[in-house]
Amino acid sequence: MNKKRKNNIQGLTFMAPATLTASLFIVVPIAYAFFMMFFNINLLSGTRTFIGFDNFSKIIGDPRFWAALRNTSTYVAVVVPIQTSIALILAALLNSKIKFNRVFLTVMFIPTLTSSSAMTLIFMWLFNNNGLVVNQIQQLTGARIQFLTNPDLALSVIMIMNIFSTVPHFMVVFLSGLQDIPANLYEAAAIDGATKVRQFFHVTIPQLMPILFYVVTMGVVGTFQIFDQAFILSGGTGGPQNSTLTFTLYIYQLAFTSNDMGRASAMSFILGVIIFTFTWIINKVMKADEMNG
Amino acid sequence: MKKENLTLKAAVYTILIFYSLLTLFPFVWSILTSLKSTAEIAGGGTFFPETISFSGWETLFASQYTTWVRNSLVVALITTVLNVIFNTMAGYAFARIDFFGRKFLFSLMLLLIMIPAQVTMIPLYIVVSNLNLINSHWSIILTSMINIAYIFMMRQFFVNFPAEVEEAASMDGLSHIGIFFRIVLPNAKPALATQAIFIFMGVWNEFMRPLLFITSPDRFMLTQGLNALSNQFRNITAWDIIMAGAIFSVIPIFLLFIFLNKYFIAANDRSVGGK
Repeated sequence: MNKKRKNNIQGLTFMAPATLTASLFIVVPIAYAFFMMFFNINLLSGTRTFIGFDNFSKIIGDPRFWAALRNTSTYVAVVVPIQTSIALILAALLNSKIKFNRVFLTVMFIPTLTSSSAMTLIFMWLFNNNGLVVNQIQQLTGARIQFLTNPDLALSVIMIMNIFSTVPHFMVVFLSGLQDIPANLYEAAAIDGATKVRQFFHVTIPQLMPILFYVVTMGVVGTFQIFDQAFILSGGTGGPQNSTLTFTLYIYQLAFTSNDMGRASAMSFILGVIIFTFTWIINKVMKADEMNG
Repeated sequence: MKKENLTLKAAVYTILIFYSLLTLFPFVWSILTSLKSTAEIAGGGTFFPETISFSGWETLFASQYTTWVRNSLVVALITTVLNVIFNTMAGYAFARIDFFGRKFLFSLMLLLIMIPAQVTMIPLYIVVSNLNLINSHWSIILTSMINIAYIFMMRQFFVNFPAEVEEAASMDGLSHIGIFFRIVLPNAKPALATQAIFIFMGVWNEFMRPLLFITSPDRFMLTQGLNALSNQFRNITAWDIIMAGAIFSVIPIFLLFIFLNKYFIAANDRSVGGK
């Protein structure tokens, strides 16, 4: 009896910092968001008016919402498959008993260490109208392509940057997965006469499914939340012509440019629902695939 | 057969070398840019600096940049220490102490870790502003002083850690708190190092929280400062200053990576967790 009580006190004491911090800075904000999204809130005057679902209908009627939806969806659809494939291919190559693989790994890991803001500045300088990429393309083809001021191309610079900086992280995740695949599976396949390439598709990929699932999910969750790069590149505007306006940047603008915390909370809720739905769908599809495969 | 393998091997090396060079290129280009004069940059110029100029670096270190580096360093260090202590305590309690509410708290944490940070940013901003923490570094420290992913990592560490040592200490009359500080912490060094590195890097590289919470330039965190630097110098094509700032901001993390390489890769392995 005494020991049980001692355990309760010690356990709860050990948990106290984590519990208090999570309550105050995660649970309370979530609860507050559910409340705020039905209100019109003015932070400056401190007034709150209940407006039901008006925040949601205002969002749906806003062309900038649709621009953000289009940009973010394109972004996820392009970035996730490319970064996953490159990471998987590089991991498979690094795992193929080559020399210096520690050196390759170390060099390739550098972009993951770099902050999104430093990386964005470096890429802005590369793709600037006076930058190296623009000048080189002009020298090679004669065409002067201005990436950052062209609404059709600005988002693609952020995509390239994102792929560049996320690939190394997922590559290392794949690599540790590859090293866990039992060698006898490959030996058996080799005895059956399977080439290296066939082995990759018939042994490696099926064995890697759980990790592939993890990487795709983390990729989708991460790319849907893209903010830093779009904010820095466009100076917070989402320009040129809303072409780099992402969901999170739109939320930021609703909250701090339009000073509409209610609508920003409603939009956060929509983003949360979208992310959960996608995670759930990927979960279903990939689990089903695993069963059949 | 042998010849085919050789060609394959050559192809593998070619791709890896190509990708490594591609990775290094933007960083090399930035370093070279930081060593050019603004006039040379504006003129388009050559790949390598015609004359090496340190004026970008001099302007950088004469600006508020040094204050931003100090701010980030102090905030990241405090946040890291708090995280390591709090996450480890919580992970230990989950793994070792049978207390009232353990199952509930564990499920709660599992649920909370699924909620994307950006989704709660706006209400979090209001909570922080109601606590009068806007424009204080405590806004960043307090809101990031625990990390659920590392609580789970530490729990896993203690689940795999032999309980006999602790049981022996318990026989000698040590309480959980005594065992935790005298026996458990010294034995958990590698896991603590992994946690510390990644939390430090997370705070050092974080952009959104500082952007929302910190408003006056003398209190800016480094990432925010970089954005300010770019807004100030971009239009006069002073990319030497901006690139010097960007490159310098990577150096502390790069040094950690070089000296503590094994922890970086080990942590990546663990993040797969539930596989």
